[in-house]
Amino acid sequence: MDTAQIDPGTNFVWPSEDVSQVPFRVYTDQDLYDREQRVLFQGPTWNFLCLDCEIPEPGDYKMTYIGDAPIVVVRDENGDINAMVNRCAHKGSLVCYKPRGNIKEFACIYHNWTYDLRGKLTGVAFGRGVRGQGGLTEEFKHEEHGLERIRIENVRGFIMGTFSDETPPFASYIGAELMASIDRVFIKPLKILGYHSQIFPNNWKLYVENNKDSYHASLLHVFHNTFGVVRPTMTGGIKLSESGWHHLSYTQREEIGDDNIAKEKVRSKQNGYRLEDTRMMEHVLELGDKVTNSIQTVFPTMVLQQILNALAVRQLIPKGVNESELIWTILGFEEDDSDMDELRMQVNNLVGPAGFISMEDGCVGGFIQTAAKANVDAQTILPMGGRKIEPSQGSRVTESAVRGFWKGWRECMGV
Amino acid sequence: MTTKTDFDRDLSLRLRIDALLANYIHCIDEDRLEEWHNYFTDDGRYKVVTRENYDLGLPVALIYCDGRGMFKDRISALRNANIYEPHVYCHMVSALKILDSSGPNIKTQSNFTVTRTMSEGNMMTFLCGKTIDTVTEIDGDLKFKERTVILDSRRIDTLLVIPA
Repeated sequence: MDTAQIDPGTNFVWPSEDVSQVPFRVYTDQDLYDREQRVLFQGPTWNFLCLDCEIPEPGDYKMTYIGDAPIVVVRDENGDINAMVNRCAHKGSLVCYKPRGNIKEFACIYHNWTYDLRGKLTGVAFGRGVRGQGGLTEEFKHEEHGLERIRIENVRGFIMGTFSDETPPFASYIGAELMASIDRVFIKPLKILGYHSQIFPNNWKLYVENNKDSYHASLLHVFHNTFGVVRPTMTGGIKLSESGWHHLSYTQREEIGDDNIAKEKVRSKQNGYRLEDTRMMEHVLELGDKVTNSIQTVFPTMVLQQILNALAVRQLIPKGVNESELIWTILGFEEDDSDMDELRMQVNNLVGPAGFISMEDGCVGGFIQTAAKANVDAQTILPMGGRKIEPSQGSRVTESAVRGFWKGWRECMGV
Repeated sequence: MTTKTDFDRDLSLRLRIDALLANYIHCIDEDRLEEWHNYFTDDGRYKVVTRENYDLGLPVALIYCDGRGMFKDRISALRNANIYEPHVYCHMVSALKILDSSGPNIKTQSNFTVTRTMSEGNMMTFLCGKTIDTVTEIDGDLKFKERTVILDSRRIDTLLVIPA
């Protein structure tokens, strides 16, 4: 028997010594995609599921995904959060098919098998048969047929899930330094301001790389330069976890006025374009520092964003080799007043599927996906900042964090 | 009961709003986007939201313009800064309903679809949903005081740059 059929993707050999070159095949190969599902998404990785504040009451649930696997997250009668694979133990139908809601128990619509909010099988319709005929036999053990439970951690209100017992606790997974940068931004109870969904015509990894690629920011997103948003007075850098898997890219302003609201005068340097209305660039320094942009990735597919006062968590869901979906959950703080709500509305013009400084991320991956087909055995190169995977102080002109991603990918995939 | 006089007044208003909608969508579909802001009052508000957020009472928009400056900024960014594969829209608008015409601000709703055709000629149904508009008369012309585009199609394919 062909072993490649049993264990797809194992024939793949990483073609170079290090991770400063990446073969195009990784974006186009179905076997590698299938292997990713099994050993990466269902391997030793933490995946964002939802926010604690989205399911505040007992019985509240939300549907989500880890890779291709449908997951349901629910708060039980004790107030504890549980996550299960959203698949009936019987015929495998979704037990939950509405995106969110409140329930007393899970009841599969197909044959009405019921589960409690911890995933335990509580009822099998006609389990005793009808008039002594049919039904379950004695060998059937209810306790062996619950919903498959997912290990979770509640990280500052972000519910993270992992299939694997091997995954280290979240704080050691990303390391103390990157844990501190989550704590820097998410300092108060959160509230949801809305959701966006964006379909990328490209393999999921191209969007992950894009987030870790601080080199492209002012080059692709011309809005920054055209309207003078990125200024020489700003400094920044890259932080990397020890593993290289996770990163933080940040910029900060060095000078601010006396008040805690820095109203930037946005003027173009070269071509005379300027914003007529600069409200969306106003920045209330609510986090106690001068950081203007903070993009943090958690391997494999979570992004935590602070752009001025635009806070969000982004969850990337692979949708086959050639497509992926990005779910943006737009956040504010529970204590925000109506002025702050309005300011967050304004600044959110910068981000999302129609965002002035983010929309290009929607198309650039598709451009690579199309061009990859020219020759999938050729390689992209990641030369900026050398070959190492190391933090960068002062400069963001580096592909260090992208190389770190590929280190993580290879380690998970065993290639 | 609607009298004939009521009906005539209503018909006349409907035709005027219908003309506003037609002029508006042709302005966008013909890429005369620099004129887009003229369809709004100086303090006009424009939002593109998803039905999901709208139904959940969540405020954030995909595009939010508040006042003429922001309308102009959207278009100057689209022309001078944002990068995307060239494409055009074709709007289909139907089922205009007047929700309230008792005061100077007339509230209406209508359904729409937008097809998007890319530079290579491939077309998709890109957006669909309804608009809820507040229309008012300024110097004899009807303008949008508020226009909320509510998308049933909440998954945005690739990116949204041209307003709907």
